[in-house]
Amino acid sequence: MTYPMIELTDVSRTYPGGVAALASVSLRIGHGELVAIVGPSGSGKSTMLNVAGTLDRPSSGTVRIDGYDVSELDDDQLSALRATAIGFVFQSFHLAARVTALDNVAEGLIYTGLGRAERRERAAQALERVGLGHRLGHEPHELSGGERQRVAIARAVSGGPPLLLADEPTGALDSVAGAGVMDLLHELNASGTTIVIITHDREIAAGLPRQIAMRDGTIVSDSAAEPELGAEPAPAAGGHGEWSGVR
Amino acid sequence: MGVRRPEPVPARLRARDVLRVGAVGLRTRPLRAFLSGLGIAIGIAAMVAVVGISSSSGAELDRRLSALGTNLLTVSPGTSLLGEQAQLPADAEAMIERIGPVRQVSSVGEVSGAKVYRSERIPEAQTGGISTYAARLDLPATVGATLRHGTWLNAATERYPAAVLGADAARRLGVGAVGPETQVVVGGVRFTVVGVLDPVALAAELDSGVFVGRPVAEERLGFDGRPTTLYTRSDESRLEDVRAVLAATANPQAPNEVDVSRPSDALAAKQASSQAFANLLLGVGAVALLVGGVGVANTMVISVLERRAEIGLRRALGATRGQVRTQFLAESLLLSALGGAGGVLLGAGVTTGYALSSGWPSVVPAWATAGGLAATLLVGAVAGLYPAVRASHLSPTEALAAT
Repeated sequence: MTYPMIELTDVSRTYPGGVAALASVSLRIGHGELVAIVGPSGSGKSTMLNVAGTLDRPSSGTVRIDGYDVSELDDDQLSALRATAIGFVFQSFHLAARVTALDNVAEGLIYTGLGRAERRERAAQALERVGLGHRLGHEPHELSGGERQRVAIARAVSGGPPLLLADEPTGALDSVAGAGVMDLLHELNASGTTIVIITHDREIAAGLPRQIAMRDGTIVSDSAAEPELGAEPAPAAGGHGEWSGVR
Repeated sequence: MGVRRPEPVPARLRARDVLRVGAVGLRTRPLRAFLSGLGIAIGIAAMVAVVGISSSSGAELDRRLSALGTNLLTVSPGTSLLGEQAQLPADAEAMIERIGPVRQVSSVGEVSGAKVYRSERIPEAQTGGISTYAARLDLPATVGATLRHGTWLNAATERYPAAVLGADAARRLGVGAVGPETQVVVGGVRFTVVGVLDPVALAAELDSGVFVGRPVAEERLGFDGRPTTLYTRSDESRLEDVRAVLAATANPQAPNEVDVSRPSDALAAKQASSQAFANLLLGVGAVALLVGGVGVANTMVISVLERRAEIGLRRALGATRGQVRTQFLAESLLLSALGGAGGVLLGAGVTTGYALSSGWPSVVPAWATAGGLAATLLVGAVAGLYPAVRASHLSPTEALAAT
């Protein structure tokens, strides 16, 4: 019984005013994949990430996350799904000012229902995992940009979600710090987390096993569609056939 | 397709965690939290202080009444059926003394026509509203009067031109100290001032009086011997019985021409009327509290606008709408509760300070404290409701985009 981690079928997202941010996109991302989504501003990649992260609902089409049909879940159930199954990393970190790294990460676990001691313990482990075991008591303003993003990643993975969605995680970092963050994401992927990364940086995208390029709300290319890059184990001809309709 | 999996269920926030997330805004913007809490605090402090001060003054009255005694009844002539000023019989005092439960009787008799002046040079028209009374020697003991200066009349001085001044009379005559040289002119005769009274709480009419002995009044001032006011002390338990027979005893021929009153009732009535004023002030305090509540609502609305990114992040981390709403409601309640607690302390402090400076016992009723805190929580809930609902309805993606 395996479900793809993310499965979008003919997903459109139209904003009031008639702007179609996503136009009939179909996409399947399996467990354990590490995927880059590239494309110019306004190509719909952030919208797709929001839809895949259940922060936004599609105007039409079906979204399945880890087997759950998003349209069948109410807002509270989606919140619970996000709390347990999805981690988010943002370009601007979104860390609380004047709160230590440990508490920033522990606060991220508050909606999982864990007790405070347990949250802090897991937060410490997560920070250890991202290489910030020596910075637990530091506040964001005492950390470098790369370290802040590591704290944000620790917060995203502290609950052990199978899926990590990262929107321009290196966008606000210099190349050295950015490379460090990418190494970390590779490590996390190696330990089993499915990771989808939006990036502008072609070089970073090229370093990932699968690249999806978007433009004007549609997928224009998907490296997994080419047979020699069989990063995804399950989907056979039927799955790939879905992409063929996309220009 | 169509495989059912158990639906995800959001975890409940524990009470302590609700408190933690509710305190986030207070921790990150302490000055703003302080100022909007201050608005609530001022309103609550005003209300608690008004209630506290009026309770303290009530406690002071009780204390004074229990010191002065509430068993004093005064008997004075009323008006006759024809509307003329009635008179008490000369033997009224002796008759009242025979009422069983009456412990003490004393009297003053106004010496009509005996005007009081500081000296012979004062124009006759300037009487200053001072009356001359021929007083019994036991008057101070009966009405609870005390002397500020000098001594009361005694068996010797009541035969000679010696006078004791009421507190107001002394002030109007400009008499500060007593001594052989301090003299006033009563009915054209020079009297030496031997004493000055403190204000008399239960018989304020005596404050503007000048007291001379009955013998000298009859001899030198033409006093007719009729008392104008009788003061009686009775057994507390039989006070009403005494009251019922007092008029008929004082003037058996015309009991309807006798007024009987209980001065402690008048003091209590005065207290009740100041209570009405306190209610008005309480209303002003309530308005201040309301304004404080508007301040909190304003702070919360701004806070929600400013913290859209945080709200988006929390939604991404798995907060449900209800949990976001709870967070901002908790923040509003915390803000108000802190303001309310500060206000209660401030109000109690003001009450204590005022009571101490007035020499009153300090009383802050528990119901005022509890009511004040309950009112703040209500204000906090009402003020926080709209912003909290707004926060919970923010779309996560829009909120996250507002960085």
